[in-house]
Amino acid sequence: MTRGCLDTPVIKERGQHEVFCGLTSIIWLHRKMQDAFFLVVGSRTCAHLLQSAAGVMIFAEPRFGTAILEEKDLAGMADANAELDREVATLLQRRPDIRQLFLVGSCPSEVIKLDLARAAERLSAQFAPHVRVLNFSGSGIETTFTQGEDTCLASMVPALPASDAHQLLLVGALPDVVEDQARALLAQIGIETVHCLPAQRADATPSIGPNTKYALTQPFLGETHAALQRRGARWIAAPTPLGVEGTTLWLMAIADAFGISRAQVEAAIAAPRARAQAAVARVAETLQGKSAFFMPDSQMEPALARFLQRECGMEIVEIGTPYLHAELHRPELALLAAGPRLAEGQDVERQLDRVRAARPDITVCGLGLANPLEAEGLTTKWAIELVFTPVHLFEQAADLAGLFARPIRRKQILAPGAPKMEAAE
Amino acid sequence: MKLSLWTYEGPPHVGAIRVATGMRNMHMVLHAPQGDTYADLLFTMIERRNHRPPVTYTTFQARDLGADTAGLFKDACRAAYERHRPEALLVAASCTAELIQDDPGGLAASMGLPVPVIPLELPSYQRKENFGADEAFYQICKALAKPMPRTAQVSCNILGATALGFRHRDDVAEIRQILERMGIAVNVTAPLDAAPSDIARLGQAHFNVLLYPETGEQAARWLQRSFGQPCIGTVPLGVGATRRFVQEVATLAGAAPILDETRLRQPWWSASVDSTYLTGKRVFIFGDGTHAMAAARVARDEMGFDVVGLGCYNREQARPLRALAREFGLEALISDDYLEVEAAIADLAPELILGTQMERHIGKRLGIPCAVISAPVHVQDFPARYSPQMGIEGANVLFDTWVHPLVMGLEEHLLTMFREDFEFHDAAGPSHHGAKAQPAPSQPQTSQAQPSPAAAPQPAPAGAGDAGNIVWLSDAERELKKIPFFVRGKARRNTESFAQTRGLSEISVDTLYEAKAHYAR
Ligand code: SF4
Repeated sequence: MTRGCLDTPVIKERGQHEVFCGLTSIIWLHRKMQDAFFLVVGSRTCAHLLQSAAGVMIFAEPRFGTAILEEKDLAGMADANAELDREVATLLQRRPDIRQLFLVGSCPSEVIKLDLARAAERLSAQFAPHVRVLNFSGSGIETTFTQGEDTCLASMVPALPASDAHQLLLVGALPDVVEDQARALLAQIGIETVHCLPAQRADATPSIGPNTKYALTQPFLGETHAALQRRGARWIAAPTPLGVEGTTLWLMAIADAFGISRAQVEAAIAAPRARAQAAVARVAETLQGKSAFFMPDSQMEPALARFLQRECGMEIVEIGTPYLHAELHRPELALLAAGPRLAEGQDVERQLDRVRAARPDITVCGLGLANPLEAEGLTTKWAIELVFTPVHLFEQAADLAGLFARPIRRKQILAPGAPKMEAAE
Repeated sequence: MKLSLWTYEGPPHVGAIRVATGMRNMHMVLHAPQGDTYADLLFTMIERRNHRPPVTYTTFQARDLGADTAGLFKDACRAAYERHRPEALLVAASCTAELIQDDPGGLAASMGLPVPVIPLELPSYQRKENFGADEAFYQICKALAKPMPRTAQVSCNILGATALGFRHRDDVAEIRQILERMGIAVNVTAPLDAAPSDIARLGQAHFNVLLYPETGEQAARWLQRSFGQPCIGTVPLGVGATRRFVQEVATLAGAAPILDETRLRQPWWSASVDSTYLTGKRVFIFGDGTHAMAAARVARDEMGFDVVGLGCYNREQARPLRALAREFGLEALISDDYLEVEAAIADLAPELILGTQMERHIGKRLGIPCAVISAPVHVQDFPARYSPQMGIEGANVLFDTWVHPLVMGLEEHLLTMFREDFEFHDAAGPSHHGAKAQPAPSQPQTSQAQPSPAAAPQPAPAGAGDAGNIVWLSDAERELKKIPFFVRGKARRNTESFAQTRGLSEISVDTLYEAKAHYAR
């Protein structure tokens, strides 16, 4: 086996980060877990962040909210714990449909050392068995964007019931349609008992034990991975199931772990794989030979770069990622042909200098940077869409390629009348 | 601690960023964790700005907390100055940095940067976005504005407009035209479009025009105190206010009250017979204090609406708004809790809401049309076309945008006449809105559809008011369904309160029509 990008030196940067904090994960987690409520204990900033990131997409009475700390909580005039208990009681009374409550730590709650773990224990005792109360950190001083999902899932692991059953656990919040596809594919291969973390509802919570093998559906689940291992479960090392190749290798690895022959897997996936390959090839016509630059956002960057490089014929200039997890990113880096720069952490100004020097055909970046780069004549893809859109497994492989192809095609369509921003340089 | 699901205002540092982003050659260093950089997307996505806001975030992490966050802050200041070379530097702390007490102002002052450094105190746990903008602009003026001789020609400053302001760009253009037509030069527009060097010459103007008290009041007061510049207090929203504004400016400037009304169409649009149906439409008005108060006057005096509810989310404007509400015979709703606002709307069952993007969503859920009159707003409220709210063109725009969500007059009659016709069934909605604009049967745009306990297809639930124990007989219920949906809420409500005043416990078809006769106007 080649070493791909495993020996590429990693640029480690420490400057201004331009990324979301882990609270942002709540926006997709609360859609996935339909009887859960996410209560951020934080400031007006936290509430505004959630609203700004989510407001475009949802405006029901959401299953998340912020208990906003006020002057009196900080000055010790009010007992923050008593205040929290009161808010939780009111909330649960108004929303009897809630079965799981997550107390989510923020920068302010962590700086003032509000002990949400103790609060969760206390409230759990009070509202059991109807409601289970857990806590995790989504703060910007501890977590970046998708790491909020990681800390959330990790918080659930110690509470999972024990089981000695030989079983497969899929870990990561997939859209329901994708989760159903995964179950169907695995059933075809011969694995009938599949559990998911997180489950849609509290009563479907999976059990776990030494005979549980788990596969990650996302590369950013490092803490959850560690927590699962502490419960004795065994990791099935594999690339992330993105693209035809990623999905194939992921399924093969699971089959191996369950002693199922490759031939059986080949037979089961032949049709969907061929369909996906043909669909990706059509979209990849737009992407062939084009260059891409990843700003750090979700930790999905190495997996996405691997897909674009190996299945869409793109040249990857730089793979920026908030955090490079030695174990979880290893399968991706081994597949990626050497060439791209690897960067962990961020100094946004310097990284933008590199983007401007490279002038890639597409830059994958956050919402704050996209329009300014477009105005400089560059083409961009908002990274957040890659997390909100179903992109995993065979049937979505072409959609994933399409997310990158569409901005490039749009640029081509608008080209004659496009604003000549470059001329101004 | 207070539970909040959706907020009308962001934290105060977002207000300060709105000021910095509106300006030229200004830079801001914000001591804040990485997640706070979300603020950039407000400007680049919602307002579609083609530049990043001029803000450097220190993005300290947990591991820095025990170490040297102050050093990190100074490094960030130095790097920001070197890279951007601003004329002045704003420094501030976000909510988290406020807790670690690094004193950004003191640190930056100690660095000997060759440009003015303006420290901001933004109490994140007490105040909100508008305060942050108002305070930032005031501190900038205090630090940079110098006493100067007045310009030879009569001139004024236009104050209060910021980045991400609701129609600020177009309002400023419209008001500038009006002033220039009167022979008054605009000395400086600030904060929007001003550089620190422009702030320095604010004192040259003969007087100030304050368009947005929410974000410019402290500065305007300070300029009045320090430089003796009087301030025009009338906000030119609507025809009446625009005319008053021109009178006030004329008096102050010793100029003729010239107002070019050749393009003013709103009064005739309102007087023409097809607008008769607007008479007495029950409207609920909510927004920032300035826009809500102005909208109430326009609604009553220029549109002939019946204002049934009035409120604002910014306590700073509570006093004048309460006074105006009393003049309208109403109890003002001062609240930043959107659930409370929703409950008030559901209870009043108005025929039109004039509000913010929050009320637009409340309206969608309750099946009540809504036009947006105030921040907070979303991307669709930043139109490509010229679309001011103020001045002459602003008055035209107000008419169009407020009437647009309503079912039109003639259509209203057709709906009544042909209500049994399948094309005119309840869910058909106004013909100019494409398919099924209202009433919204469920929540808008949920990514994974699911029922919500709060999704009510019709306004005025039976429990509204104290009418909960009054029973609708089935004949009456059927008759009520024959009434077009856009007046059904009102009919239900009127009938129930009629029944209540008569001490009835049941509503029959007769009660329904007796109530109709009783309320006929
Ligand atoms: S970075 Fe911290 S303070 Fe800012 S929104 Fe995220 S958790 Fe809240």
